[in-house]
Amino acid sequence: MAWDWQVFCEDTLERTPTQGCFGKGGDITYLDWLLSAWGWTMSVSLLALLLALLLGTLVGTLRTLPNNPKMVKLGNAWVELFRNIPLLVQIFLWYHVIPTMIPALQAVPGFVLVVLALGFFTSARIAEQVRSGIETLPRGQRYAAMAMGFTTFQSYRYVLLPAAFRIIIPPLTSETMSIFKNSSVAFAVSVAELTMFAMQAQEETSRGIEVYLAVTGLYVVSAFAINRIMASIEKRARIPGLTMATGTGGH
Amino acid sequence: MNLDFSFYNWDLITNFVLKGLGFSFMLTAIATIGGILLGTLLALMRLSGRRWLDVPATIYVNGMRSIPLVMVILWVFLLAPILIGRPIGAELSAIVTFVAFEAAYFSEIMRAGIQAIPRGQIFAGQALGMSYGQNMRLVVLPQAFRNMLPVLLTQTIILFQDTSLVYAIGAYDLLKGFEIAGKNFGRPMEAYLAAAAVYFVICYALSWAVKRLHRKIAIIR
Repeated sequence: MAWDWQVFCEDTLERTPTQGCFGKGGDITYLDWLLSAWGWTMSVSLLALLLALLLGTLVGTLRTLPNNPKMVKLGNAWVELFRNIPLLVQIFLWYHVIPTMIPALQAVPGFVLVVLALGFFTSARIAEQVRSGIETLPRGQRYAAMAMGFTTFQSYRYVLLPAAFRIIIPPLTSETMSIFKNSSVAFAVSVAELTMFAMQAQEETSRGIEVYLAVTGLYVVSAFAINRIMASIEKRARIPGLTMATGTGGH
Repeated sequence: MNLDFSFYNWDLITNFVLKGLGFSFMLTAIATIGGILLGTLLALMRLSGRRWLDVPATIYVNGMRSIPLVMVILWVFLLAPILIGRPIGAELSAIVTFVAFEAAYFSEIMRAGIQAIPRGQIFAGQALGMSYGQNMRLVVLPQAFRNMLPVLLTQTIILFQDTSLVYAIGAYDLLKGFEIAGKNFGRPMEAYLAAAAVYFVICYALSWAVKRLHRKIAIIR
């Protein structure tokens, strides 16, 4: 079997090789398409991560509030709801069902809906990490904050959350890598990310192995880069002796 | 908006949904058993201390863990006909993929479980004159397996949710069953909602059972 890497230099419309591999004047080559798909994967993942961190911190915090069983229940229900439905089904719900219920979402592009789906899905998992991070802290931390006269908000803002975040960086690293891999599920609603590119380019060019190798390579490189970045953050932020183990399961 | 679930009668459920549910369960069961067996083997290779076993297993596990499952599903579906020379069908392709993919995750769980067994257990086995195989089979693995049981089962729940991703190659699973039913009756929204409800009930019940099991095991230990 012969390799044909020239396929990436081909024009996506006429399938003719282009000089320099990048399309000119509005035409795009498969290489252009691949790089833009990588960009979409990155954008979906990073925006979803941002949303998941915000929601996850909020929900995780709610679940540890003292003397507030209603909020704790609400947080637990949130986690159970988003953790027990497959991501693909959640994406379909956001795409096909929720816009009918909330008309404001009808004009929103699919990309945003996928970010919402992935962000909410991952928020449940981050909430779980934040909760266990806060619960790992010695109880004296909370009491010390109370003794200083901090309000509940202040004790979370200045004492509990900063310390909790520093110890949950290893599990957050694997969540970050998961969110990036999970963004591939966006293919199902035709967001032009890497997996969608792989499926379409494979069909159009029938050079499936070259296309898949390039896409897989980009996924591996990106996962490795994220891992290194998070490791260097972890090295700077870790509290000696108070690090949580990364889970072995998941994806 | 008005939802109408009235088209969900028993005929539809047996025709579309149960067929898909059966495949999802079968895929989960085969991938769990196959994945744990292959994963345990990979874990033993990584802990063997021999480079020629350790290095390939490490590359396999880390490689699988850095690729999205959907890509692995697509890879197997693309490569299997080239390697075997004839198409193998989406269902069989999905089974092969899930065993190969989940083995990487199960191997990490088993490795952690084996490493958590006190060294004294292994020394005791050696002192009794057990071979490496006997020591693993009779002393280390049963304990590791038992200690890791809740984690393995939690991974199985995740695996069950992931079976929905065979959508990428059009295999007939639970989600597909609902989707086809929804399309046939022109009620896609109800179909997706019902699919979400069924997945939720199954996964919630399983994770509740795992939590109970965890408590039970914790007391005995």
